[in-house]
Amino acid sequence: MLAIIDYGAGNIRSVQRACAETGIRSFITSNPADLKNAERIIFPGVGAAPATMQNLNRTGLGAAVKEAFAAGIPILGICLGAQVVLERSEEGDTTCLGIIPGTTVRFKFQDKSLKIPHIGWNTVKATQPHPLLEGLGKDDEFYFVHSYYPQPAMRENLFAVSDYGGEFCCAVGKNNYFAVQFHPEKSGRLGLEMLSRFAKWDDKLPAQSGNRGKQKC
Amino acid sequence: MLSKRLIVCLDVREGKLAKSIKFVDTKDIGDPVAKARQYYLDGADELVFYDINASRANRDITLKFVEAVAAQIFIPFSVGGGIRSIEDATKLRLAGAEKINVNSAAVKRKELISEISGAIGAQSTILSMDIKKTGRTKAIPSGYEIVINDGTVTTGLDAVEWAKTGEKLGAGELVVNSIDADGTKDGYELTLTRMIADSVGIPVIASGGAGKPEHLYDAFAVGHADAALVASIVHYGEYTCRQLKDYLHSRGIKVRLHY
Repeated sequence: MLAIIDYGAGNIRSVQRACAETGIRSFITSNPADLKNAERIIFPGVGAAPATMQNLNRTGLGAAVKEAFAAGIPILGICLGAQVVLERSEEGDTTCLGIIPGTTVRFKFQDKSLKIPHIGWNTVKATQPHPLLEGLGKDDEFYFVHSYYPQPAMRENLFAVSDYGGEFCCAVGKNNYFAVQFHPEKSGRLGLEMLSRFAKWDDKLPAQSGNRGKQKC
Repeated sequence: MLSKRLIVCLDVREGKLAKSIKFVDTKDIGDPVAKARQYYLDGADELVFYDINASRANRDITLKFVEAVAAQIFIPFSVGGGIRSIEDATKLRLAGAEKINVNSAAVKRKELISEISGAIGAQSTILSMDIKKTGRTKAIPSGYEIVINDGTVTTGLDAVEWAKTGEKLGAGELVVNSIDADGTKDGYELTLTRMIADSVGIPVIASGGAGKPEHLYDAFAVGHADAALVASIVHYGEYTCRQLKDYLHSRGIKVRLHY
């Protein structure tokens, strides 16, 4: 079954309800041992990176996520699950899981009319193909609530961007780990479809073309 | 670029709520859960339910109602009405409400805003303001005053000052509800909406007065609002959310069209 990780941050049940709506059976767990046996894992979260990493370290869930990643279990990160997967977060200068090279950074604007947090519906544009982004249309929008976003070091780990005072990364991935900064569970039909695709994803990534994937972001 | 949001407001008073809970599975058209689902599918970007927590005795019904909504709609929704404590807010959040509206209770005790914001985050804390035009005076320099208890009680608070105070205390969004425009269908109070939107750094939701699609356009283009709240214009079938959004799109306002 699909495991939804509960580490005491955010509204985990909304993710479970969205899974149920698409016919995906799931269970919520805060037990690291459960992740080993899970078919798939959703790593959700709303909150601050420092508290999240403290919780993940204290409970052993952080190590369990890394093990699950190494074991090839498909993992979908949402919001904080897209941030703490990098090496470091600017939020409280926090050391993160380091599954994907890069840093989570805060929006910085000269233009004071751009409000932080970035809250609302925004367009998501794929920068390279990924099974979870299949069928994504030109003007498809998803629901965002955040002040920080992941900035992968390598282009091969960058899968989608959105635009708020300039383009920013809103989807990162590496092998069987894929993570989005927006909230599919709050993004209506398009978000539910993404969850459905995750439930079927067999973690095969399309072949990288040439050296393009190794470029720095 | 962020889209401008269309927010549908459902006034779910206790009597109606009790009935709807009973009929939750029957998809009765008067059932607020079924209505919510209909607006969700029709492209509302967000929903707000008012007054459902007005009485402490009915809190459990409220929580069940919020859970029922959360199982049916997969866009953000907020609830408001009678929220007086961190406990109220936290329970509603856990039941599935993305955001919490505070109104009168925050006027009576403004620390409530910082308490709720501290507990569930600024992004989930909405300060709703009911506002009446008074004309400029020394005490009310903007000419607009905050009123409470459905507009029956004046407070002596200047609307623009209160909006700024709310932002400082941790509100993540503001609802600017004009008591004068409410129910008129003559359009939003654009002067007021713009004055507040230009004074704060958080999103502003225009409320009260929507009667035609043009009014929504004005709320964004003239009122500088980030979101427009609608009620009767969609409740009585005059317009669908789809029609309103198509109109806004045709006038060059960025709205979410794929859903």
